[in-house]
Amino acid sequence: MDIFVQQLINGLVLGSIYALIALGYTMVYGILELINFAHGEVTMFGAMICLAILNALLLHSGLPPLLILGIGLVGAIGFCMVLGYALERIAYRPLRHAPRLAPLITAIGMSIVLQNVAMLIWGKKFLSFPDIIPIQRFTIAGANITNLQIVIILLAILIMICLWLLIHRTRLGRAMRATAQSPELASLMGINPNTIISATFMIGGALGAVAGVMVNAYYGPAHYTMGFMLGLKAFTAAVLGGIGNITGAMFGGLLLGLIESFGAGYIGQLTGGFMGSNYQHVFAFFVLILILVFRPSGLFGERVGERA
Amino acid sequence: MLQVENLSVAYGAVNAVKSIDLQIAAGELVCLIGANGAGKTTTLKTLGGMLKPQHGRIEYFDQSICGLPSHELLQRGIALVPEGRGIFSRLSVRENLQLGAYSRNDAAGITQDLEQMFTLFPRLAERAGQIAGTLSGGEQQMLAIARALMSRPKLLLLDEPSMGLAPVMVQKIFQTIRDIAAAGVTILLVEQNAKLALQISQRGYVMENGRITLTDAAPALLANPQVQHAYLGG
Repeated sequence: MDIFVQQLINGLVLGSIYALIALGYTMVYGILELINFAHGEVTMFGAMICLAILNALLLHSGLPPLLILGIGLVGAIGFCMVLGYALERIAYRPLRHAPRLAPLITAIGMSIVLQNVAMLIWGKKFLSFPDIIPIQRFTIAGANITNLQIVIILLAILIMICLWLLIHRTRLGRAMRATAQSPELASLMGINPNTIISATFMIGGALGAVAGVMVNAYYGPAHYTMGFMLGLKAFTAAVLGGIGNITGAMFGGLLLGLIESFGAGYIGQLTGGFMGSNYQHVFAFFVLILILVFRPSGLFGERVGERA
Repeated sequence: MLQVENLSVAYGAVNAVKSIDLQIAAGELVCLIGANGAGKTTTLKTLGGMLKPQHGRIEYFDQSICGLPSHELLQRGIALVPEGRGIFSRLSVRENLQLGAYSRNDAAGITQDLEQMFTLFPRLAERAGQIAGTLSGGEQQMLAIARALMSRPKLLLLDEPSMGLAPVMVQKIFQTIRDIAAAGVTILLVEQNAKLALQISQRGYVMENGRITLTDAAPALLANPQVQHAYLGG
C-alpha cells in the first residue's frame, strides 16, 4: 500500500510538470496545426536562465533565498516568453503558408540550434540547482512527500486553473478560441490573428519556463540536452489527451506521469526483477504508440467532421 | 461612402472579377445580384479584406482601403457576414456575439448592445448559453448578422444571407435586413435570390462573368425584361 501511495505522489509531481509543458505544445497546435518541436528547448532555457540568475544573485546579493528564487522564476518566465515570441516570428511566421512539412522541419532545426546555443553558453556540464529550499519531509499513509513536491503540485494546479480561466473567461481567451477555429473568421471580428498567435507562443513559453525550473529543482541537474526527452514526453502527453485540446493536455500530462510512475514502481515485481525502474521511459513511448494506433484523436480529442 | 474603381481580383490564373466599378452612398441598401460563379462573393470578400485585389482602387470615406486586412477594416466600420454563415460553432451564442464586439472597448455599450440583440432576436436570447453549432440554419444566420451588428458597423457586407434557408426563414432574415437599413446602416447585399434582394434594395448591380453588366434603381431592374428573363424566372 505504501508503494502505491508513494508512486501516486511521484506520478502526480511528474505529471504536473508534463502537463505544463504539454500545454505549450497543444495550444500552438490548436491554432497553427504546427508541432513546435523546439518547445522542449524553451523549457530547457527556462531552467538554465533561472539557474544563472540564482547563482549570480546568491553570490553577489545578500537577498533572502526565497526572494532570489522568485526573481529567478520570473526572469525565466520573461525570457521564455520572449524566446517563444521570437521563435514564432523568426522561424514559423515566414512559413505560415508553406507546405506543412516545412515548418515542421524548421521546428526540429530550431530545436537543434537552441540546444547548441545553450551548450555554447553553459557548456556540457550537468548544472545542479542550488540548495535554496530547505527540504522537509512529511509522511502520508506510509509514503514520503516533501514540501517541494507539494509546492510543485499546487503551483501547477494553480497555473492550470488560471490558464483555464484565461481561455474560457477572458476576451483574449475568446479570441484565442476563435482564432483556433478559423483565423480568417477571427479576422472578420477585428481580431489580428498574428497578435493571438504571438500571445499563444508567449503563454506556452511561460508555462514551459516554470516546468523547466521545477525539473531542475526537483529531479536534478540541468543540461543542454534536457529539453529533448522532456519535450518528447510532454508531446506524448499532449497526444494522449488529444492534441489541440487544452483540458486534454492537462489530464494527458497527469495521466502520463502516473503511468510512468506506476510502471517504473511495479515493473520489477511484475518481471521478477528482470526489468528495473530504468525502463521508465519505455512506458511513455508505449503509450504513444498505443494511442497513435488505436485512438489517434486522443482521450479528449474531437471527432473529425464537426464542421459539417 | 464606398467608391470602387477598376477593381480586378484573380484566383491564381483565373480572373474572377474583371475591372468593376461600384459606388455606395451612406445610408443606401444596394444589392449585387447574378448567377452562381459570376464573381459576387469574390467582390464582397475583396471589399471585406479577405482577398487581395490584383489592381484597382477601393476608397472608403475618401481614403484608400485597398489591401487592408479584415481586422483593420472592421475597426474602420466595415463588417462582413460571410457566406455559409461562418459562426464559431464550438463557442456559445453569447461568446459569438461578444466576439463581434471584440474591437470595441466600451464595456457598458457592449452590454447594452448585447441586450438589444437579444430583444431583436429572441431566439438567440433563449439559446445564449448553447454551443452555436447546435443552432438551426436560420438561427445561425441571425447569429452571424447579430454578431456583425455588435461591432456597430457603418457598412455591412452581407453574403448570400438566404442561402440554404427555408422560405419562412428567408422572409424573416430579409425583414431583419430591411430593419437594419432603416436604422441607418449602409448595406451591400450579395444575393442569388434576385427578386427578394431587389425588392428590399434601393439600387442594384447585375454581375455576369466577373463584370458588372447593368446597374439601375432596384424597381427599374425589377421591371427590366432582360433581368426578368435571366434572374427572375420571367
